[in-house]
Amino acid sequence: MAKTLEKVDVVTVGVGWSGGIIGAECAKAGMKVLGLERGNERSTEDFLMVHDEFRYAIRYDLMQDLSKETITFRNTRKMRALPMRHMGSFLLGEGLGGAGTHWNGMTYRFLPYDFQIKSMTEKKYGKDKLSKDYLLKDWGITYDELEPYFDKFEKTAGISGEDTNPFWGKRSSDYPNPPMKKTPLLKKFEKASNSLGYDPFMVPSANLSQSYENPDGETIAACQYCGFCERFGCEYGAKTSPEITVVPTARKTGNYDVRFHANVIEVLKQGNKVTGVKYIDRQTGEEFIQPADVVVLTSYMMNNAKLLMVSNIGEQYNPETGKGTLGKNYCYQIEPGTTGFFDEQMNTFMGAGSLGMTIDNFNGDNFDHSNLDFIHGASISLTQTGNRPILTNPVPPDVPVWGAEFKKSSIENFTRTLSVFGQGASMPHKENFMSLDPKYKDVYGVPLLQLTYNFTEQDRNLHKFITDKTAEVMKEMGAKTVMAGNPITDYDIVPYQSTHNTGGTIMGANPEDSVVNNYLQHWDAENLFVVGAGNFNHNSGYNPTGTVGALAYRAAEGIIKYSKAGGSLV
Amino acid sequence: MADDKKGLSRRDFLKTTGIATGTLVGGGLIGGLVGYNANKGGTGTLDKKKGNDEHAQATNTRGLMFFTNQNEFNVLSQAVERIFPKDDLGPGAIGLGVPFFIDNQLAGNYGSNAKEYMQGPFFAGESTQGYQSKLTRAEIFKQGMASLDSEAQKRFDKRFVEIDGGQMDEVLTAFQKNEVNMIGVSSEFFFKLLRTATLEGAYADPIYNGNINMDGWRMKGFPGHQMSYINEIESEKFVKIEPKSVSSMEH
Repeated sequence: MAKTLEKVDVVTVGVGWSGGIIGAECAKAGMKVLGLERGNERSTEDFLMVHDEFRYAIRYDLMQDLSKETITFRNTRKMRALPMRHMGSFLLGEGLGGAGTHWNGMTYRFLPYDFQIKSMTEKKYGKDKLSKDYLLKDWGITYDELEPYFDKFEKTAGISGEDTNPFWGKRSSDYPNPPMKKTPLLKKFEKASNSLGYDPFMVPSANLSQSYENPDGETIAACQYCGFCERFGCEYGAKTSPEITVVPTARKTGNYDVRFHANVIEVLKQGNKVTGVKYIDRQTGEEFIQPADVVVLTSYMMNNAKLLMVSNIGEQYNPETGKGTLGKNYCYQIEPGTTGFFDEQMNTFMGAGSLGMTIDNFNGDNFDHSNLDFIHGASISLTQTGNRPILTNPVPPDVPVWGAEFKKSSIENFTRTLSVFGQGASMPHKENFMSLDPKYKDVYGVPLLQLTYNFTEQDRNLHKFITDKTAEVMKEMGAKTVMAGNPITDYDIVPYQSTHNTGGTIMGANPEDSVVNNYLQHWDAENLFVVGAGNFNHNSGYNPTGTVGALAYRAAEGIIKYSKAGGSLV
Repeated sequence: MADDKKGLSRRDFLKTTGIATGTLVGGGLIGGLVGYNANKGGTGTLDKKKGNDEHAQATNTRGLMFFTNQNEFNVLSQAVERIFPKDDLGPGAIGLGVPFFIDNQLAGNYGSNAKEYMQGPFFAGESTQGYQSKLTRAEIFKQGMASLDSEAQKRFDKRFVEIDGGQMDEVLTAFQKNEVNMIGVSSEFFFKLLRTATLEGAYADPIYNGNINMDGWRMKGFPGHQMSYINEIESEKFVKIEPKSVSSMEH
């Protein structure tokens, strides 16, 4: 029998970027907010000994414990879904800060084209540019409407960047900090891109170029280029993370608390409202009911979708009939790229997660697709994130992967290779979706989320196009051997690709084709908000966190409005 | 050069991050650094010397935590040495302590798949679905050592440790190409595990009992744990830095 606790104004399920932002904004507005976090408390002092590739990048110290919960996966509906027993393709976070602790910090705003992708694509290329199997959809909000929230997130995070990219949306103000250092490796890419007629710019970075105090009074330190960002926490407090910004901001108000080891297993609903959540204390196994006036799902997009599914809130998407919205429009990204082998030794082991330069000449609709068999595109970058020796063993194509020749070549090339890679957009397809697994369960007896996903023609065509572009840049950079990536076939959940999973709880202008409105308020329960990359209708050619941050600020504004007036916000 | 670099003092560390100006008061970093000994960088004090002696003692007592007989361990040692052999650049897997590293890992979370989903039912699945074996890594390695031996017997009528290097490569290649029958796991998967574990042992921080003397890092030009590259990151030339273990931060 679950014990019922004292009611709070707002409860968030998970305390990463979106949970932290909702917590800070609502607590500042005077609401009593509780964050339920299934992982541990952690802070900068836990990362003093973090320069350990094996523990963090190989053994995934900061990541979710899959023995407790994972997902199941199949490429198509015809396949038997099986558990993802090991982490691979993407890395699910856990603990205070969530994936916002172990991210690299590349912080983009999605393009104006992204938010109106269906109408803009149809206007320019007609209704049949992609087959009907692609579920393109406008997001129910425009870039201009979201701009103030992007601006707010960037100021909270102290993003270091330069507004020189001719292709992205108009900004109301410049970046709060100047870009990071333009290193010799970045200059190689800059020179090559310029000579090919492209427009390189510094990656907008949450590794800060200088010490900075954000509008909430939180200080973020200056990046030291130590080369340990992605999969690691920052021992300097120089990579903006929820636990050094929005979480302390929320705590300072006296209106905020985080309860750890609290694993939410159900959202409780009565009529057209939710009443709270049920959670299990991981340390004791006890069940609790936490009542709240407003419930906000702020865990990773997969878990947000799963909680709605197990709580029977909303209608599950059915690929057979096209009916239902929950679990629909799951998207990912593709990673076309080229490795170049050079003669000279380079400082490839130094770096920072967002230290890089990018071109957007082949992203979004920044180039003409009239004669191309795909839409959208990819950002193309060279980054200097700090190569580490266990994971970085580059050898040219004719060298074996073990033995004497391998050892020599991988050691030789560790400091003599560079990569130019794209982050390719991913379009929703009717056969790519999430649902509940009928067989496998997590450690609490709750069904696992089931993912049905494969690359589509659009992905394969875009991948080939961008791979060629990355090879051209690499050639121009003067590599002695240019090794372009192989074409993609079927999606494989084993090798790491990207933790940019999106969709499943999509936003929109009406309840027929979306789960939440453009304040991320659930159509079927006015006091339930669902926040994160799950709200994306497709995935763009960028890292998602900037857009997640903007949406979280938008949702926080909606929750505060709702707490005063009630009802639907749209 | 190397000596200059490892001398980044606590004061420099604080200065470059802006912490010295008090901007991070209330954060966790200062508390964590109070006990930080600048001499840990290697300027050679009595304390440091003592630490070194203790370390030497500790490495002398390495031993087997998982494998139960010497032949298994010898098979493992010879196999990983073929994957990552000694050459003119420096030590191979054995010289780097890789066999001990793997043995020790198999005795812990890695060997028992503690952080992985191991609930049934188990089905073979497609390759895109990844590891679906009921076996733990410890069980796979145990079986793998016996399989290497029996494959050597089959091909050369000798135990694995008795065949020559070229013959060992032939046996390992058979595993890599999935030509050997194993129970509950493919030989190809076992080979991938073995190869990956070898690289982990060669290049993990020496606190895990491999990468002895940081020679794996030294060969590769990787400096291990360094607090900052802010003064070197803009250098046009390759910067050689004497490696440091993360244990230099411990207190």
